[in-house]
Amino acid sequence: MTAPAPILPLALEGVGFEVAGRALLSDLSLRIEAGRRLVVMGANGAGKTLLMRLCHGLIAPSSGRLRWADGSRRPEAQAMVLQRPVLLRRSVAENLDYPLALRGMAAPDRRAAVARALSRFGLGALGDRPARLLSGGEQQRVALARAALMAPQILFLDEPSAALDPSATRQIEEMIAGFSAEGITIVMTTHDLGQARRLAEDVVFLHRGRLVEHGSAADFFAGPQTPEARAFLAGDLFW
Amino acid sequence: MRHSRRSLFLGLVSGLAMLAALPAAAQQFITVASTTSTENSGLFGHILPIFQAETGIEVRVIAQGTGQALETGRRGDADVVFVHARAQEEKFVAEGWGVQRFDVMYNDFVIVGPAEDPAGLKAAASAADAMAKIAASGASFASRGDDSGTHTAEKNLWKAAGIEPAGAWYLSTGSGMGATLNTAAQVPAYALTDRGTWLSFQNRGGLEVVFEGDAVLFNPYGIMLVNPAKHPSVKAAEGQAFIDWITSDAGRAAIASFKVGGEQLFFPSAN
Amino acid sequence: MQNLHVCKLYSFLFFFQRVLRRFRLDNPFLTALGLIASGDAALMQIIALSLRVTLTAVLIACAVGLPLGAALALGRFPGRGAVIVVFNALMGLPPVVAGLVVYLMLSRSGPLGPLGLLFTPTAMILAQTILILPIVVSLTRSVVEDLWSEYAEQLRSLGAGRVRAVPTLLWDGRVSLLTGVLAGFGRASAEVGAVLIVGGNIAGHTRTMTTAITLETSRGNLGLAVALGIILLGLTLTLNALAWGAGQWARRRLG
Repeated sequence: MTAPAPILPLALEGVGFEVAGRALLSDLSLRIEAGRRLVVMGANGAGKTLLMRLCHGLIAPSSGRLRWADGSRRPEAQAMVLQRPVLLRRSVAENLDYPLALRGMAAPDRRAAVARALSRFGLGALGDRPARLLSGGEQQRVALARAALMAPQILFLDEPSAALDPSATRQIEEMIAGFSAEGITIVMTTHDLGQARRLAEDVVFLHRGRLVEHGSAADFFAGPQTPEARAFLAGDLFW
Repeated sequence: MRHSRRSLFLGLVSGLAMLAALPAAAQQFITVASTTSTENSGLFGHILPIFQAETGIEVRVIAQGTGQALETGRRGDADVVFVHARAQEEKFVAEGWGVQRFDVMYNDFVIVGPAEDPAGLKAAASAADAMAKIAASGASFASRGDDSGTHTAEKNLWKAAGIEPAGAWYLSTGSGMGATLNTAAQVPAYALTDRGTWLSFQNRGGLEVVFEGDAVLFNPYGIMLVNPAKHPSVKAAEGQAFIDWITSDAGRAAIASFKVGGEQLFFPSAN
Repeated sequence: MQNLHVCKLYSFLFFFQRVLRRFRLDNPFLTALGLIASGDAALMQIIALSLRVTLTAVLIACAVGLPLGAALALGRFPGRGAVIVVFNALMGLPPVVAGLVVYLMLSRSGPLGPLGLLFTPTAMILAQTILILPIVVSLTRSVVEDLWSEYAEQLRSLGAGRVRAVPTLLWDGRVSLLTGVLAGFGRASAEVGAVLIVGGNIAGHTRTMTTAITLETSRGNLGLAVALGIILLGLTLTLNALAWGAGQWARRRLG
């Protein structure tokens, strides 16, 4: 079986998004490289979630374009965990099975893949439990496992541990580190500066819909270039 | 999980197939359009098994109002029409919908009313007199108002008495004999009913027979085969077999032997 | 405390007996129980036919109406609003009108006359399916529309477009959809206008519970009619209780 064509790097060229005449994102140019962990930061309303949804292909830009390396408009080898992921009213195992069934995988292969995922992510005991009755942390792990099962080359994560306690947050971060170690490109947003410091290799900083800073995490946290970023890191409200 | 869902789906589909595919009766049958009053009297329950035993033909009776039964015949949805409205039956044949009309039997109508008899019908000399007394006293009268054989007979009685019934006392129910008697029992009101329905009617309230016996109250029944020339789907042979039987001695004996509470309801016509 | 409830029950029954006797309905409950216990063949035949007609109609209406309702919920086409309004209005279609339309179609003088389906259980199933379908369609549309607003983005993210989402939404909404199905069943099992016109109330062939009740009422056998009504209500109650139990079990097991 031939390896799927690489879809990264993803290039955004002058991407903008506007609603009712209001520009929510303007003139974003960005290159997302393969195999790195990119954290998108910014205040509420800066456009982080919008950027993620644009990259994932849930919405189309009003201006500019997205260019994937394999030339496709919306590649299959990518997955996203939404800010509030929706699990189906079924068991955990059936939720994991669903995207595989969508892609036409044969039943025995699906069963094997789901079993592997359940054990790998420590969900073995929860396989037959109704997914909606799990705790917040467990549901998030299921959503993450579901996204991973889609064999993505790039994984978009929108606030993956926003509502979770520290122990659940640690489990999520371990899963993310594991994906990264396999070579999956990670693009995530977070409010948690500590989490950003722990996980980021690259940082993109948005301010009012504009890309204000983009560079390595080390450089960003050591000394941000712009007053907006400095204010953000200092914990000030800057708008 | 998948397994059980699939087997549930298959179970439903095969269940549905079985339900829908229940075999229709393989035996011969004819459809007879008749009236609710005849059906309600219980006559068919008595004579049809005798016919079926003799000929093996099952008779399915659709009980409707007379007007509706004749319409059913006109549409070709029945093989035989068996009602009691002579003028309408003759028109049915004249227009070519029926082959020929045969007399079968007759029963009679009676006037029922509250036992106290506020209009004094028990002293009436004739049917026309009785109707006049009702109109004069303003006592309530429940009419079927549905163009049935009974309603046609009632209209003829009013005409004979020279009265045009109208007013709050005249209740046109637009429904069958049973429903009209229910209404009459409740109000209470007078009503014209065939004896057969009355004898088997349970919900009498305070009603009783207050007038009977006048010859104009006799109610003749006629039977006709729906014309196969107009409706090729009519089962002409079996339908005619039924008509032949019911007008034969065997049929007449069956009709005469039907009794409710020891009383004979229908009197076969001498043919 | 127990004794108080028992006292209340007895006084209710006593009062109810008085009411029945005043209307000359000699204890229809006993009549109903007696009929069932005796296993009266005619009654069993009537019950079997009623269930067969209504359940078949429900199955067909679901097979057609569930996907149709979901498609209506997810689809976007000119005139969609009008279609939704029409189906909502048809929920109130008078059964006797539905019966009349089917009668005119199946009559020998009608377009489908050669099929010879009039006065058969098949005609009754057809008429009842027409009555149940708008209910299934409208309630399915409503449930699936709500689910879609919750699921749309997630399903698209996972790679399921509108068409592929239909079976997913129908299965995920199964507990709420069951309510629509039960409403359809209730409407069909309770109606008499349609089955009377297209079935003809033929003894032993097309006589259902409701048409039998009509017949006995017109004969003045009101006690028997009420007894039949009690049996019919008992059947409906049992079915609804089973469905409720199934729904609760599903809710507990699958969230």
